[in-house]
Amino acid sequence: MATATYSLAGSQAVCYHCGEPCVADSLIYDDKPFCCAGCKTVYELLSGNDLSCYYDLNARPGTAQKAGRSRVKYDWLDDTQAAARLIQYTDDEISIASFKIPTIHCSSCIYLLENIYKIQPAIVRSQVDFVHKTVRLTFRKNDISLRQSVELIASLGYEPQLTFNDLESKATSSSNRSYYLKIGVAFFAFGNIMLLSFPEYLGIDALSETPLRHFFGYLNFLLSLPVIFYSASEFFRSAYAALRQRTVNMDIPIVLGMIVMFLRSSYDIFMLQGAGYMDTLASLTLLMLIGRLFQNKTYATLAFDRDYKSYFPVSVSVSRDGVESTIPLSGLSIGDEIVVRNEELIPADSILLAGEAMIDYSFVTGESVPVPKKSGDMIYAGGKQTGSTISMTVVKDVSHSYLTQLWNDDAFKSEEKQTTLALANKVSTYFTPAVLLIAIAAGIYWGRTDMHRAMNAFTAVLIITCPCALALSAPFTLGNAIRILAKYGVYLKNTAVIEKITTIRSIIFDKTGTLTDKSGQHLSYAGTQLTPYEEAYIASLTYHSSHPLSRKVYQALSGTTLSTVTDFQEIHGQGIEGRIDGHQVRVGSAKYTGSTATIADNPQASTVHISIDGTYKGHYDIRNEYRTGLNDLIRTLRSQFDLYVLSGDNDREKENLRQIIPADHLMFDQQPADKLRFIKQLQEKHTGKVMMVGDGLNDAGALRQSDVGLVVSDDTNNFSPACDAIIDARRFKGIDHLVRYAGDAMHIIKISYGISLLYNMVGIYLAVQGTMSPLVAAILMPISSITIISFSTFLSWVAARRRHLI
Amino acid sequence: MSVLFVLISACLLMALLFLLAFVWSVKAGQYDDDYTPSVRILFDDTTRSDSSNKTNPEQ
Repeated sequence: MATATYSLAGSQAVCYHCGEPCVADSLIYDDKPFCCAGCKTVYELLSGNDLSCYYDLNARPGTAQKAGRSRVKYDWLDDTQAAARLIQYTDDEISIASFKIPTIHCSSCIYLLENIYKIQPAIVRSQVDFVHKTVRLTFRKNDISLRQSVELIASLGYEPQLTFNDLESKATSSSNRSYYLKIGVAFFAFGNIMLLSFPEYLGIDALSETPLRHFFGYLNFLLSLPVIFYSASEFFRSAYAALRQRTVNMDIPIVLGMIVMFLRSSYDIFMLQGAGYMDTLASLTLLMLIGRLFQNKTYATLAFDRDYKSYFPVSVSVSRDGVESTIPLSGLSIGDEIVVRNEELIPADSILLAGEAMIDYSFVTGESVPVPKKSGDMIYAGGKQTGSTISMTVVKDVSHSYLTQLWNDDAFKSEEKQTTLALANKVSTYFTPAVLLIAIAAGIYWGRTDMHRAMNAFTAVLIITCPCALALSAPFTLGNAIRILAKYGVYLKNTAVIEKITTIRSIIFDKTGTLTDKSGQHLSYAGTQLTPYEEAYIASLTYHSSHPLSRKVYQALSGTTLSTVTDFQEIHGQGIEGRIDGHQVRVGSAKYTGSTATIADNPQASTVHISIDGTYKGHYDIRNEYRTGLNDLIRTLRSQFDLYVLSGDNDREKENLRQIIPADHLMFDQQPADKLRFIKQLQEKHTGKVMMVGDGLNDAGALRQSDVGLVVSDDTNNFSPACDAIIDARRFKGIDHLVRYAGDAMHIIKISYGISLLYNMVGIYLAVQGTMSPLVAAILMPISSITIISFSTFLSWVAARRRHLI
Repeated sequence: MSVLFVLISACLLMALLFLLAFVWSVKAGQYDDDYTPSVRILFDDTTRSDSSNKTNPEQ
């Protein structure tokens, strides 16, 4: 759980553990203030175990332990079947398990988690991977169970993220490892071949015709074997895959050049005792691999392929014959009676049996105000219960619930969208035949007189045109662009997204949570003017409630000095009350505070009413606020794109939106499946591609169906449905910069293509004469590649400056 | 001249050893996490409970 930052008045005490503000006479322990007993307990535990260094590394590094947070139950971890999925290794004495812990955020976290053996010696070793936010625990399984280990780290504020999805798939071996190995091997071969070729470069004649020269040649041949058979293997694989699908990609001319280079060099070395092109082969492979690695920028902490399974709990409490037990979610069937506690997610469509349900559907719709439900009501999966414990009967399977059945749509079954650059493939379809024609023509021309020279010319053309520079321009431009964008706050799934953005013709926005700002809602007060003291009372009271509306009011009033609240009461679905400085303060619904106002008075806002000492004072109206800069953004995008708004809500905002978007482009009451269908229709109707901008799970279908799915996220570490790109909500108005910059990047690639083609022409001119020396290739190839790399890197940076991205 | 054969072969063998060391380090996972070790090395080894000589490597 992220700790929100509040703007605080200067002197107010903040919790030594978590940095949350403390109430006036808060808990003092060891001369340090704590906001709640939970934080104090963690502090006691740490200082008692010689771990107070935790607080020295970073000020207030902890996570708020305030009451009201759910205590997740880990009973199900005793179930050996579920535990077996988490445990990676086990023998007679020890077990090893890895967990993802989203709260890891600073060096103190690393310190604490890696020194956990001081608290519990049965945990032999714990290792944190900060980048992936995981911890790997090695524990003596006879002394401590998996459940106890998890409970221990959870009690320190590091709750592992254990979701349905994490258990189902576990093969996450880093693919970068094989890149590192391939690059290492290529670099090794490249360096040594270069050294052995030096006499050749310098034209040291003393060496020629000596056994030493042959020896160098044979060594070069040996060194090139791992390059062509191991390091270059993925280019071969990719070219073969393209040929099988009867398409042409950039790897085909590359592989062609490599094969010719290798065969010609082997022939030179063994038959003619020459030098060959092995140095060029190795440097080319090395540069290409570095390009690939650079392009394959991934964000360890972001996931672009999550579906509902990533958010659903692993276990669920089921009540059978009055006995409550915890079972894995996969074991849930229709008719089961489930028990859902505060802050727990409803895993399947169910009917409420008992309890006061306040369902927060923010997860699904982006609307953060909880909806009250009464017994007998249908509650859809994906909602989150806030408040007391409820029990309900499951009426649909987990995978066939209202929300989750969206994932049964065909859009989710289709294969992964294309990841290579369409432009490169297009260039290659012309480039490859052209090069082959030139090579054959040169061969035939010389073949009439000199067979040997004909072979030389033919192979030299194929070698010199091996489009190394051509193939490097896209990885370096796009790899750079993706990094610049990430710094700006836009995270792309892969580099191919940039090209797809440039083909967009229509942009579709979701409303709630996308166009409107979830956090910065507009708060206004109407009624009797409140004195600063009264405002302080309200702030103190709402501070104790976890209800979203209370949090909003509290945030709006933050900065006031909090006073102690006694007799605090939270009446579910009604409001909160408490006694502060002898005054009875009530905050909540109209009825609860004695107001006569009804919902019909103000349908567009959520209202919080206030009464002090039994006198009704007034109410706060909390309205959804559109994101700042929205009007400007729409105005700039409107000239270039067709804009639509699809809202899951009713049309109460229609009047507001009509001012910026034509009325016939506004769609309300859209179900998740409707959104998906709308995009499908648009794609069939128009020639251009469609970009969907959304935020919640209810947009998941539309995001998947669209050509580019862009998710607006307030906390990029937190939540995002499957998509192509994630944009930080603070950068929302930068969408037009993103679109324009994508266009710039494609221009840069085209210019780079031009430059590398010029190099190729020079190369072809030398090659067709049939007398090109290997030295020319060894110089021309790296020079052209380095020109392209520096050119594209520089230009992508200049373009980013121009678009105000950096 | 013939000493060059021996020397160059020896050089290559040595280079090969370094390559093998690199392969081992990649396979052992040394390149998987390139951030945490840089933080970990700065932690003090506090073997005794002695709060007076705590230092703060981060600030």
